[in-house]
Amino acid sequence: MSQSHPAVLTRTESDPGGVAVRIRKLTKHFGAGDQRVQALAGINLDIYAGQMSLIVGPSGCGKTTLLSVIAGILDADEGEVSIFGSAITRMSDRMKTRFRAKNIGFVFQQYNLLPALTAAENAAIPLVIAGWSKVPAVRRASEVLTSIGMGKKVKSLPSQLSGGQMQRVAIARALTHDPKLLVCDEPTAALDHETGLTVMELLRESAVKPDRAVVIVTHDNRVFQFGDRIAHMDDGVCVQVEDQNAGAAA
Amino acid sequence: MYWIALKMLVGDRAKFLGIVLGLTFAAALIMQQGSIFCGLMLRTCAQISDITGADLWVMDPSVRFVDDIKPMLESNLQRVRGVSGVKWAVPLYKGNARAKLTFTPAELKEKTYLPQDLERERQAMAGPVSNPFTKVLDMLKPGIDYPVAPPARWYDSRIQNVIEQVILIGVDDTSMVGAPPRGSLVGLAPHGRMLVGDPDDLRRPDSIIVDRVGLAKLFPDCHLDEPFAKQESDQEYIERLRKFVSAAPEIEMNDHRAIIVGVCEATRTFQSNPVVYTLYSRAKQFIPMERKMLSFILARTGEEEDGQKIPAEVVAQRIQEQTGLGARTSEKFMYRTIKYYLIYTGIPINFGITVFLGFLVGTAIAGQTFYNFTIENLKQFGALKAMGASNLRIVAMILLQAAVAGVLGYGIGVGLSTLFGWKAATGWQGQPTELAFFTPWQLLPTAAVAIILICVLASLLSVQRVIRLEPAIVFRS
Repeated sequence: MSQSHPAVLTRTESDPGGVAVRIRKLTKHFGAGDQRVQALAGINLDIYAGQMSLIVGPSGCGKTTLLSVIAGILDADEGEVSIFGSAITRMSDRMKTRFRAKNIGFVFQQYNLLPALTAAENAAIPLVIAGWSKVPAVRRASEVLTSIGMGKKVKSLPSQLSGGQMQRVAIARALTHDPKLLVCDEPTAALDHETGLTVMELLRESAVKPDRAVVIVTHDNRVFQFGDRIAHMDDGVCVQVEDQNAGAAA
Repeated sequence: MYWIALKMLVGDRAKFLGIVLGLTFAAALIMQQGSIFCGLMLRTCAQISDITGADLWVMDPSVRFVDDIKPMLESNLQRVRGVSGVKWAVPLYKGNARAKLTFTPAELKEKTYLPQDLERERQAMAGPVSNPFTKVLDMLKPGIDYPVAPPARWYDSRIQNVIEQVILIGVDDTSMVGAPPRGSLVGLAPHGRMLVGDPDDLRRPDSIIVDRVGLAKLFPDCHLDEPFAKQESDQEYIERLRKFVSAAPEIEMNDHRAIIVGVCEATRTFQSNPVVYTLYSRAKQFIPMERKMLSFILARTGEEEDGQKIPAEVVAQRIQEQTGLGARTSEKFMYRTIKYYLIYTGIPINFGITVFLGFLVGTAIAGQTFYNFTIENLKQFGALKAMGASNLRIVAMILLQAAVAGVLGYGIGVGLSTLFGWKAATGWQGQPTELAFFTPWQLLPTAAVAIILICVLASLLSVQRVIRLEPAIVFRS
């Protein structure tokens, strides 16, 4: 294991799918004057397809900000993020919205399921956003739910599901449109340890594919074992990158 | 996306009901108050709309509205008849008279009174007729006695000779123009028509025709205004009226004997006084003699020599120019009367304030609830934006939610208002009301525009909040 700053993951033999997300000199600050906070201070990071990458660090270190910029829902001040060759930081808002709809799946800490929709309807939302009509979208979402062991709950409302089940529905929602990049923000934070492990196993089994990158922000060190690479952040910079499969890379 | 918007809307039932209730309240209040206002305005010109056959009203030039009687010399009738284009012209007397009521004869009660009402009547007479408003007044001003309800005459023979102010209409002795036309229906149609008897019966000595509601007022213990309360069919009700008339009930019109020979349906007047029809010549006997007695001249326009119908406006113009009298078509005289009430009474202001308050309260309830609904769903909207839903689509979702709530609120509000109007016409708890209620079709789009405005106002705040929403909000726990 080695440490570098800024950290750039170079491709090794354990990198199966090439660079999926390339981050260069990324900066972001919030507020102004005395209130100015530097959230990201020149991040350089590569995230590979076919792997589960974890971004970890203490609260306030900037990992959620980094994830937001990667996902194209927050604009950076400077620097560049490209996803599978598309520079998302240079896109207009409208292009970013379209890009997200097609290429990015989201798993949120608080699930963000619509309470009035059934599990299958919730999981179908990305397809509906992509222009599918209701019936085929719900049918496809039901298949995805069934594939992750939620076949009996497709017609249940979120209020009828446990926390773990809701997160499974959220994972199904993130996968149903087969995105190239899956971003997960603290997916186990609202779950007990055992359920958290189950959810991580599910993510590992269902989400990781050779042509897809999975990025997970977490501060739960009990789930570090699931990551292929772990980027440690502190104070807006990436201080260390661990390659779980082939040791640390500089 | 739109089905998602609808599911979100109805998913939170309490808020959904709150939004719909706010809009329903506004729609119902606008429709109901608007209908009452229109009903009242219609009553102001009831006597014009009830008279058919004539298309021109000729009057003293200073007359402002139909109840503003400025009598004319009868010689004016001949002058109007001499105007080119006037096919015929007849006199019409309109004025107030006093009808004195004597104790209702037993035979009339036997013919008209239904036994099952006796106990109810006794109970009603056992104590003063109070209501929540009079009870409040009792608290504020104790010791004020209650006016005795008219049906007390049934039990208390000391209360007799009650005098009622009536509207006396004297129609042309020969042609009967001005009298209610023959007809047989009971209902809500605005135009007057005969229910029992025939206009020609007015040729009998001392005869008068009284309108149905007025008759019930003149003979309250006979319950002549309660066909609905008594669950009677129209035919049964008319048969009861016929029996009543066949007993030749009498009243005194300004100390002159008058025999009721017929009952008609008349549009309720603004003051809701009974309407009494008689011959023009007899009307002049009923009232104190004056030099000028002619209230109006009713005229009909004729044809030109080539058979072409002359427009009523043209003839009216000719009458004004040649006689110096005021002449108007029936429609223009109606609207002139309505205008008088709009300008010289506070009625439109009062109703306008109520309608505006309804609009305001509806906006406040619907707007606040809808905004709360959006705020509570802000994270969900944020998630949708993060997942790639554009601002346009989310705004469309919100507008759809507002539109659906608006359509529901409008529909229920209009329905409630219609139900209210129907119940007011047919009776609350067995008693037909005096409420003026008329819903012109123009009121429906007016209320619709108001509801659309409320929906737009209610959704504007939500829309701008959602447009400004950063999708990154979804990553904040």
